[in-house]
Amino acid sequence: MSLPADALAALQAFQAVGSWEQRARLLMQWGERLPALVPEDKIDANLVQGCESLVWLVGRLHEGHWQFAASSDARLIRGLVALLLARVNGLSAHALQAVDLPDWFNQLGLSRQLSPSRSNGLNAVLQRMRDLSHTQN
Amino acid sequence: MLVPSPWRADFPAIATLQRQDQTYLDNAATTQKPQALLDALSHYYANGAANVHRAQHLPGAHATQAFEDSRSKVAQWLNVGDRGQIIFTHGATSALNLLAYGLEHLFNPGDEIVISALEHHANLLPWQQLAKRRELTLVVLPLDDAGLIDLHAAATMIGPRTRLLAVSQLSNVLGAWQPLAQLLALAKAHDALTVVDGAQGIVHGRHDVQALGCDFYVFSSHKLYGPDGVGVLYGRTEGLHLLRHWQFGGEMVQQADYHSASFRPAPLGFEAGTPPIASVIGLGATLDYLNSLDQAAVLAHEAALHDYLLRGLRARNGVRLLGSPHVALASFVVDGIHSADLAHLLTEQGIAVRAGHHCAMPLLKSLHLSGAIRVSLALYNDSDDLERFFEALDQALDMLR
Repeated sequence: MSLPADALAALQAFQAVGSWEQRARLLMQWGERLPALVPEDKIDANLVQGCESLVWLVGRLHEGHWQFAASSDARLIRGLVALLLARVNGLSAHALQAVDLPDWFNQLGLSRQLSPSRSNGLNAVLQRMRDLSHTQN
Repeated sequence: MLVPSPWRADFPAIATLQRQDQTYLDNAATTQKPQALLDALSHYYANGAANVHRAQHLPGAHATQAFEDSRSKVAQWLNVGDRGQIIFTHGATSALNLLAYGLEHLFNPGDEIVISALEHHANLLPWQQLAKRRELTLVVLPLDDAGLIDLHAAATMIGPRTRLLAVSQLSNVLGAWQPLAQLLALAKAHDALTVVDGAQGIVHGRHDVQALGCDFYVFSSHKLYGPDGVGVLYGRTEGLHLLRHWQFGGEMVQQADYHSASFRPAPLGFEAGTPPIASVIGLGATLDYLNSLDQAAVLAHEAALHDYLLRGLRARNGVRLLGSPHVALASFVVDGIHSADLAHLLTEQGIAVRAGHHCAMPLLKSLHLSGAIRVSLALYNDSDDLERFFEALDQALDMLR
């Protein structure tokens, strides 16, 4: 399966890092690139429960393709969410169902961010994305 | 090293964690275990497990003896004397739930239960839910700026309608000893029952329940270097008489019929089902180990290490302590930095500290914080652990600023 261009760029960048500092810095850079969420979307209904920080996630299906937008008040989770959106935005409903997101983070060298004891909320964000994609299918 | 720990080698997990580049500073959540405990568990399982209080056979007699010896050791640890009994539960949370259900019949609509603003969820939710079931008022005592329960407010809020006061001895977020003597006196003046959540307090120093004068005192074994799955409920004799049975089955029964039954008094009447036998025996071994230490030296070490922690935190720009911690731990936030980001970068560097709301969401909300980082100490920690933490903190702050 071919990767979206953003995802390919992310993969190349993260696979090239050698230290945890580089990875963390890169994560923050990706977070900074995440487009700001419009104020109308920053509402409680779009908050993902189960995160230490505030994370908002919205997803809309445009002509059969998913467009998610997200934000967070914490920088590293914002980076993780940016990497998630890089992988899924533009996918068809069918392709989104098929994508293996834990494997995606594994390829980026970030699988530990998905361990069950992590309270950063990435698991909760993935669950919210699944819920959104099911309700709008 | 400025503050070495002479007891570090007694805890084998510390060396293992160190080999994995992990510095364990989350001791208020749970502690590492002494070799004496590992030996006791291994001895029990290797020499014949058996159920307690129900078998006439020799393994059963041995297990029951060891189990009851642990009960005596806990009673001695708290200086229970002949004032009351020790009930084993499955944790501090289940001990507090036992109280909230066992005492429920005493409450009438409009009665008041008094807690404080700093309670751990375990000493909030059982009372909150009891209040809902019985249409009671849950009164929440406010804190002063130093993180202590405000005694002036308490004097006006504890009154003739107060039926029960349940407060922490030592805050798991603020690390401050609470003014228990004054609070308990206020409650007793109105004939209210008193419950002390000793989950954090028990770990630091020795506490005498007769001197405290509370009706109930609760703690969990695993925070006191013991096994998990065991909680302790001390009840004063008069308080225990008020408790109704709440969980049924096992050896808590005296006589059983298809349509009725009678139950044993405390302690066995409140230990339904097979108790955590090995863990209770292990707790006894842990207490033997702790008893063998020079208590004054342990206290001096904990104080020196805590002082080292506070000095290091205060020396760093932008670091804001929550309250004025006395002992054991310090929670902090850094101006302009999200504690989730800080936690992420500390984790990357092998620093095991707690981030988030510390099971005290209302307290964090009242401080207008979404979370904080908590560093909590144990007797096996040393100043090298704290130096590694400070280095990691500086590195994290450097990256985030």
